[in-house]
Amino acid sequence: MLTKRIIPCLDVKDGEVVKGVHFVNLTPEGDPVELASKYSDEGADELVFLDITATLESRKNVVELVKEVAKSVFIPFTVGGGIRSLDDISELLDAGADKVSINSAALKNPDLLNEASRKFGAQCIMLAVDVKFNGRSWNVHSHGGSKPLNIDAIQWIKEGEDRGAGEILLTSMDADGTQSGIDLVITQTVSQQVSIPVIASGGIGTLEHFKDAFEIGLADAVLAASVFHRDILPISKVKNFLKQNGLAVR
Amino acid sequence: MIGIIDYGIGNIGSLTNAFRFLDIPCIYSGDQKKLSECDRLILPGVGAFQPAMDVLTTLKLDRFIQNWAMDGKHLLGICLGMQLLLSESEENGLTSGLNIIPGKVIPIKGGSRKIHIGWNQVKPVGDHSIVPSKGYAYFVHSYASKPANKTHIAAQTKYGELFASVIQKGSVIGVQFHPEKSQDYGMDILRRFSVEPF
Repeated sequence: MLTKRIIPCLDVKDGEVVKGVHFVNLTPEGDPVELASKYSDEGADELVFLDITATLESRKNVVELVKEVAKSVFIPFTVGGGIRSLDDISELLDAGADKVSINSAALKNPDLLNEASRKFGAQCIMLAVDVKFNGRSWNVHSHGGSKPLNIDAIQWIKEGEDRGAGEILLTSMDADGTQSGIDLVITQTVSQQVSIPVIASGGIGTLEHFKDAFEIGLADAVLAASVFHRDILPISKVKNFLKQNGLAVR
Repeated sequence: MIGIIDYGIGNIGSLTNAFRFLDIPCIYSGDQKKLSECDRLILPGVGAFQPAMDVLTTLKLDRFIQNWAMDGKHLLGICLGMQLLLSESEENGLTSGLNIIPGKVIPIKGGSRKIHIGWNQVKPVGDHSIVPSKGYAYFVHSYASKPANKTHIAAQTKYGELFASVIQKGSVIGVQFHPEKSQDYGMDILRRFSVEPF
């Protein structure tokens, strides 16, 4: 039986892992390669590295980081942040990343999804979508959540699937950093609307939040950061809890 | 020496990293002379069946791999590389494969998503020297292998329906999952493939 995936997210800035609340107030958390090995040993199913600076200079650092991680970590990992072109994707995959996560660039140039999917395969193209509730529905935000767009989240996600995305990384900006649980409504809605896996993110604070994301949100995977970085919830504890509650985990 | 067949399809960085980690010498090449000097070969691959088969044919690697298998030499197909071992695939119309193991590649059925992505359990059918135990491996695929002869199914995995996650015919093995991304379980399979007799 296919297991539910637990994915630690490592936000990388100038070669260090950081985590903030609502995408701001960033505090350093540690060395990315060290953390990646630690999480892999503890039972993480995958890893996601997000380059939150996403400048040309930091891109070089990220490529080096990917090469280092790939030498000693043998679980799949995704890299995102500032990916704008097929060349960017090629460089990261060649360095050893298994997938790339594309966000703002796909909103600016949706054809990038079609081209990337055709060239590299849908399996390595993750569409990251940051959403915020506007009182009636969910809007997409770009540029690390800083730029609100007049685009309906569900429409955009369905379009992304049609264009060739292989997975959806869904982040609720309302919940992100609050540790009060993921947005179950948008997660469940998206999960039911697409036929590709949905990774739920933003707001994880307790063991029950993971369970709810899978059972109510119908997510295929959950991505979290601070609960792991600060050892609030070790991965093994999360998996044991899910197993006790009848969910399939590795 | 392990030879990873280079035909421009698939991300082989993690495979070479895995062998380096295991301290097993390996080369990555599309040169038939260099590959001939290897003890065992790996056919990697991701993406669609037809373009991959086209490249193998253009590079005349199809005949080379078929002869290699016919000589009873060891070969491991990974993911798409496994599917290429079969007779034909239904992906984007019917395309002929290497026909080393008789059977078909068909869309995966009955799962909750059209792509099978993630960690799933591999259950060996009987004793197997390369895949000796049950364990979790990382899968990414939307088509699965259906060998014509059930005796060629070495392990099964359930996603909706049961499918063949490991196939074997003599010295040729195919694994649908990515051993190079399946942590200790996968590394053990790569190590066994490199050294164990089978």
